[in-house]
Amino acid sequence: MNKAASLPGSTGASYAAIALRASIVFIILCGIIYPLVCTGIAQAIMPHNANGSIIKDSAGNAVGSELIGQTFADPKYFQGRVSSIEYNGAGSGSNNYAPSNPDMLQRTKDSIEAWKKDNPDVPIDRLPVALITNSGSGLDPHITPDSAEVQIPRISKLTGLSADQLQQLVDKHTESRDLGVFGEPRVNVLKLNLDLQPLLK
Amino acid sequence: MGILQIIIVLAVLVLLVKPVGSYVYHVYSNEPNKTDRIYGWFERFIYMLIGLKHRNGMTWKKYALSFLLTNIILVAVGYLILRLQKYLPFNPSGIDNMEETLSFNTIVSFMTNTNLQHYSGESGVSYFTQMAVMTMMMFTSAATGFAIAIAFVRGITSRGETIGNFFEDFVKSHTRILLPAAVIVTLVLVALQVPQTLDPTLTVTTLEGATQSITMGPIAALESIKHLGTNGGGFFGANSAHPFENPSPLTNVIEILSMWVLPASLPYVYGRFAKNRKQGWVVFSAMMTLFLLFLSLIYFSELRGNPAINALGVDASQGSMEGKEVRFGIPQSALFSAVTTAATTGTVNNMHDTLTPLGGLGTLGEMMLNTVFGGKGVGLVNMLMYAILGVFLCGLMVGRTPEFLGRKIEPREMKLIAVAILAHPFIILVPTAIAFLTDLGQGSITNPGAHGISQVLYEYTSSAANNGSGFEGLADNTPFWNITTGLVMMLGRYISIIAMLAVAGSLVRKQWVPETVGTFRTDNKLFYGILIGAVLIIGALTFLPAIVLGPIAEHLKLG
Repeated sequence: MNKAASLPGSTGASYAAIALRASIVFIILCGIIYPLVCTGIAQAIMPHNANGSIIKDSAGNAVGSELIGQTFADPKYFQGRVSSIEYNGAGSGSNNYAPSNPDMLQRTKDSIEAWKKDNPDVPIDRLPVALITNSGSGLDPHITPDSAEVQIPRISKLTGLSADQLQQLVDKHTESRDLGVFGEPRVNVLKLNLDLQPLLK
Repeated sequence: MGILQIIIVLAVLVLLVKPVGSYVYHVYSNEPNKTDRIYGWFERFIYMLIGLKHRNGMTWKKYALSFLLTNIILVAVGYLILRLQKYLPFNPSGIDNMEETLSFNTIVSFMTNTNLQHYSGESGVSYFTQMAVMTMMMFTSAATGFAIAIAFVRGITSRGETIGNFFEDFVKSHTRILLPAAVIVTLVLVALQVPQTLDPTLTVTTLEGATQSITMGPIAALESIKHLGTNGGGFFGANSAHPFENPSPLTNVIEILSMWVLPASLPYVYGRFAKNRKQGWVVFSAMMTLFLLFLSLIYFSELRGNPAINALGVDASQGSMEGKEVRFGIPQSALFSAVTTAATTGTVNNMHDTLTPLGGLGTLGEMMLNTVFGGKGVGLVNMLMYAILGVFLCGLMVGRTPEFLGRKIEPREMKLIAVAILAHPFIILVPTAIAFLTDLGQGSITNPGAHGISQVLYEYTSSAANNGSGFEGLADNTPFWNITTGLVMMLGRYISIIAMLAVAGSLVRKQWVPETVGTFRTDNKLFYGILIGAVLIIGALTFLPAIVLGPIAEHLKLG
């Protein structure tokens, strides 16, 4: 069956030479050619996706990426999840608080107090946990549909828009599970607010 | 819907095992087949470039020497690039050279297929480094692991002196498996909105008039091989939780299958080499059983949520959402976590530090056992190591010489296996203890109480298992952590690989013992039970005390 390699030249030195040449070949092939070829193909056939799915407003200015969340400080807008990095797209991540971390518990309690103050019409037992927890990336562009719905009374009161009108906006921007089964239903906050913005004027 | 979507992914995986496994078998069986026509010319071109004149089989020592030399040279070149990236091209953001201990840690991390990252991808490395070091090593380290697993399987299933030619296996792993699959997965990911660009960071004015910087880059090309090669090093600090790396549940499923299908099909490949497919399915079933145990633990713990938050009176019915993304929810997050620690990829789509104590225990446990599918090749090798151990234990019980696949298992093999099995807990528990004895280690803990113990334990377990995920709160970019985890990663990779190649080298030369009625069979339900038992008993005995101090103590305290 298997025969031993006993041909001349099969020494450590010749292995080292092959190893060195193989390293150079694969650095060029896998490290340079492969990513550049992929970039070329992606840019040629899918430029919008390959360049970060940038969203433009009606005037044609880039307002963000549909995949990257933004901070919405104004209570007239729908708000996203907690982000310890303030949705800074040059970074990513969170505080990595353990479930037993007292700082995390305090932050959550503060969020609940703030909620009670800003949303007196919605009791906290309807406040979805996703809205007051920090996403893993700190850039989560989505909230759950019920996280959007519980914000409707506040926005309606501040803007004078009817609850029905806001509910229709939320419904329009509610994305279902992928292929009907994978993941969770969700609402893209930036897209939703982009549609809300013209109504505010 | 939660359980249904998990079952669908599992079903797709099981359906893929046979076709993918057959393909992989044909790649390495070195018998002529149809794919030679597609890849043959390209491989001959590469053999010419690297000066590989003849592709004779190697003894285990020559095989080990070749793979070590290749790894050493790649490490040297990669280290230089990290230290000099400021002067190299494709650095639009003007990122500085990397510091010495961090460079050491990073380069060892990528070469050992670990991808523990003490740097942050956004600010620590240039695009050139992301491509020429990270992406390149994601291929070469995976190809190395693949080659070794196949060499080991050849050793225990064939007869002669040699276990294959490392350079040939290494080249074929790239040309026939990793490169074509990576290009396809890259383009699928771009189609699903993962960016792939060389432009610098984009600055936009947000809806509220603030300025937001958005970092992008050649992400998709890294993302595909990151999973296919069970590497796990993210382009961004937040890894696959970042919406650019993993924008939707669909990309999440694709990433899960990408990292899982090759390790999961290796038991089948082993069955083909052993000319007894049932052998392969027994190993696969044992792995899958253990996997389902851990997956259930993670899923139900996360679904139950964090008692401390649940007590605050909010609507916590969704589960523990701290550190998770809305698009994935609990099911896609739990499945991802279970697969990434099983396949020792180390990519994360939610922050493992924020998992509930028992959810975190699930991820930790899979890395401690290090046999549940496992990374490129290593998991199969470890599982077969337990298989031989299981045969040995049964042999002792009935008082006859243990045999595995028709070969007698003797003291030399058992000594090597003992070294490999004991090395793993040793390089986890000893450094963990050292870290707690010094301020250098303790000072980095960011979560108080029992969870702090879990943070340190996780860091070394992840390093030793060459996983690379972390309880990322740990402030680990210090010389102490860079050097200790760097050493643990090296020992974790190379001790067991060399020991197991030696076992293969020893078994391949043995006389075959004819099978009789009295032969202990390794392809039936009894052996399936023995295999799981051996893994659980050894794993539990070794790690239980440490687990009690960390996750279990935290769980009891949280209520």
